[in-house]
Amino acid sequence: MPWMTILVLALATVPWMGSRFYTFLATDIVILALFATSLNLLLGQTGLVSFGHAAYFGVGAYTCAILMKTHGAPFAVGLLAAPILAGLAAAVFGYFCVRLTRIYFAMLTLAFAQIVWGICFKWNAVTGGEQGMSDVPYPDLSWMGALPFIGSLRVGEQYYLLALAIVALCIALLRMIVDSPFGRMLSLIRENPERARFVGLDVRRYELGAFVLAGAFAGVAGALFGLFNRGVFPDFAYWSKSAEVLIMVILGGMGHFWGPAIGAGALILLNQQISAYTQFWPFVLGTTLIILLFVFPGGIVGTLAAAWARLRK
Amino acid sequence: MIEPSFLFGQFVSGLSTAMYLFLIASGLSLIFGVLRVLNFAHGSFYMLGAYLAWQLVQWLGPRTESFWLAVFGAGLAVALVGALIERLLLRHMYRREELYQLLFTYALVLVISDVVRYTWGTQQLGVFRPPSMEGALRVFGSNVPLYTVFIMVLGPSIALGIWLLLNRTGLGRTVRAAALDREMLSALGANVGWLYTGMFALGSFFAGLGGALVTPVRSLLPGMDVEIIVEAFIVVVIGGLGSLWGTFLGALIYGQVLAFGILVFPRFSIFAAFVLMAAILVVRPWGLFGKPIER
Repeated sequence: MPWMTILVLALATVPWMGSRFYTFLATDIVILALFATSLNLLLGQTGLVSFGHAAYFGVGAYTCAILMKTHGAPFAVGLLAAPILAGLAAAVFGYFCVRLTRIYFAMLTLAFAQIVWGICFKWNAVTGGEQGMSDVPYPDLSWMGALPFIGSLRVGEQYYLLALAIVALCIALLRMIVDSPFGRMLSLIRENPERARFVGLDVRRYELGAFVLAGAFAGVAGALFGLFNRGVFPDFAYWSKSAEVLIMVILGGMGHFWGPAIGAGALILLNQQISAYTQFWPFVLGTTLIILLFVFPGGIVGTLAAAWARLRK
Repeated sequence: MIEPSFLFGQFVSGLSTAMYLFLIASGLSLIFGVLRVLNFAHGSFYMLGAYLAWQLVQWLGPRTESFWLAVFGAGLAVALVGALIERLLLRHMYRREELYQLLFTYALVLVISDVVRYTWGTQQLGVFRPPSMEGALRVFGSNVPLYTVFIMVLGPSIALGIWLLLNRTGLGRTVRAAALDREMLSALGANVGWLYTGMFALGSFFAGLGGALVTPVRSLLPGMDVEIIVEAFIVVVIGGLGSLWGTFLGALIYGQVLAFGILVFPRFSIFAAFVLMAAILVVRPWGLFGKPIER
C-alpha cells in the first residue's frame, strides 16, 4: 500500500500549513471519510442499501462520550468501547435486517436508526436528551508533548494527527477486509446472490458479518467525531445524517474503494465554499445530488475512471 | 381514577390525528402501490400545500369562507408541481435501482424545504378557522371542535372515494393493472406514461390537501415536512405499503398509540411508534394488509 502511506504522510503535514482552519477541515474530512468508507462495505461491496447507517455512528459517539464525560474513562477505553457497542447494535438490528430484501431492508434499517435516535432524544438521564451532551472532555494528549515536532503543536492539531492515525488504521483494515476471501464473497453476493446461494454460501451470515463490521467502523468514526465536535447530539443518529453519508458515497462513487472517502472530502469542501456565499446549502446540495444522479451516476471516481478509460483507447 | 371524558378526549384527539395522517399517507401509499417509488418528498408536498394555503388565504381574505377555496387551490397547485416533477425528472428513475430513487426524492426534500424557507421565511405562520367551523359539539362531556368533526368525516369519505375510484371505474381497473404488470398494460395499448403522471399528481394532491387542511390546527414552520414524512412512513409501514385500507388502519393505530402512549409512557410515545414499525417490518415487512412484492 505505498499509495496509502504517501497519502497519510501528505495529510499529516496539514498542521504545519499555518492555518488552524485547515486542520479543522482536515479533521472533519478524515473522520467522515471513515464513516463513508464503512458504509460502502455494505453499499458498494455487498449491494445492501442501508438507510440507517447513522445509528451506529451515533451509538459510537454516545458510547465514547458517556464513558469519558459521565464515568471519566480514559480515551483509549472510550475508543475501544465505541466499535464494540456499535457492532453489538449492528448485530442485533442486522440480524433482522438481512432477512429482508431491497426496499424493505432499507426501510427496516431506517426504522432501527430512528429507534436509536428516539433513545438518544428522550433518555435525558443518560444521553442528555434533546440537548445532547456538550463539553465532552478532550482526550489527554499530554503524552504527545514529549514527541519531537508534534510536541509544540496545539491540542487541536495533535488531536487531528491522532484521528488521522486511527482513521488510517481503520481504512487499512477495511481495505484488507475487502481484499480478503470474505470480501470477495461479499462482491459475489452483490453481483449474484442466487449463484452465491447455489455454491453453498450462507448469504445471510455473510451479509450480517458485513453489517456488523460496517457498524463497528462507523462507531469508531462516531467516537472520533463526538470528541472533535466537543459534544454529541441526537442529530448524529437522525435519518438526515444517514442520507448525508449516502450522498458522500454516491458523490465519490460507490464502485471504488476510495470513492466514499473522496466523496466525503468533496462534500465538506463544497459545503465550506457554498456556506460562505449563501445560507441555502440544502438547496445547493439537493440540486447537486439531482445532477449527480442524472448525469454522473458513477460519482467522481466513476466518472474519472470512465474518462481515463476512453482516453487510453 | 381517570375520568371517562378525559379518555374520550384522548380517543378523539387520536382519531383526528389519524385522519390528517391518513390524508397524507394515502397519497404516499397510492404512489408506492402503482409507481413502486417510496417518495420521501411527500412530506415536502404537504408542507408546500400548507404554505400555499396560507398564501391564498392572505390574498383572499382571512377569517372568511374563502378558506375552502384556498385549501382546494393549494391542493391543485401541489398536484401540478407533482405532475411536473414526475414528467420531467422522476420518470427517468423508474428503471434505476431503489437507492437512486430514494436519493432522488431525498434531493427533492432538500430543494423544496429551501424554496419554502426562501419564499416564506422561518417564522411561525397560522391560519384561522373559517367562520362556519368556529363552534364545537358537546359529546360525552367533552367539547369536540366542529373542524375536528369535519376532518373525521372527510377522512373516511376520501378513503371511500379512492376505493370507489380504484375498484368501480374503468380508470381504476387500468391503475390496478399498471401496479401488477406495467409492460403488459402498455402492450395492450394503455398510455401508461400519463397514467403514472396522473397517479403521482393525485397522490401529491392529497399531500397538498392534507397540508392545507392542517393549517388551522397546527402552525406552519420549517421542519414540518420531515416531521410528517416520518409519521406517514410509520403509518404506511404498519398498514402495508400500497394498501388503501391498510393505510387507513395504520393511521388509526398510530393515532391511538400516540394519544394513549403519552399517558402510559409520557416521554416515549414517538419511540413506541418506531418500535411498533420495526416490529411489523420484522414480522410482516409488507404490513398488516399489504402483499409482498416480488422484485
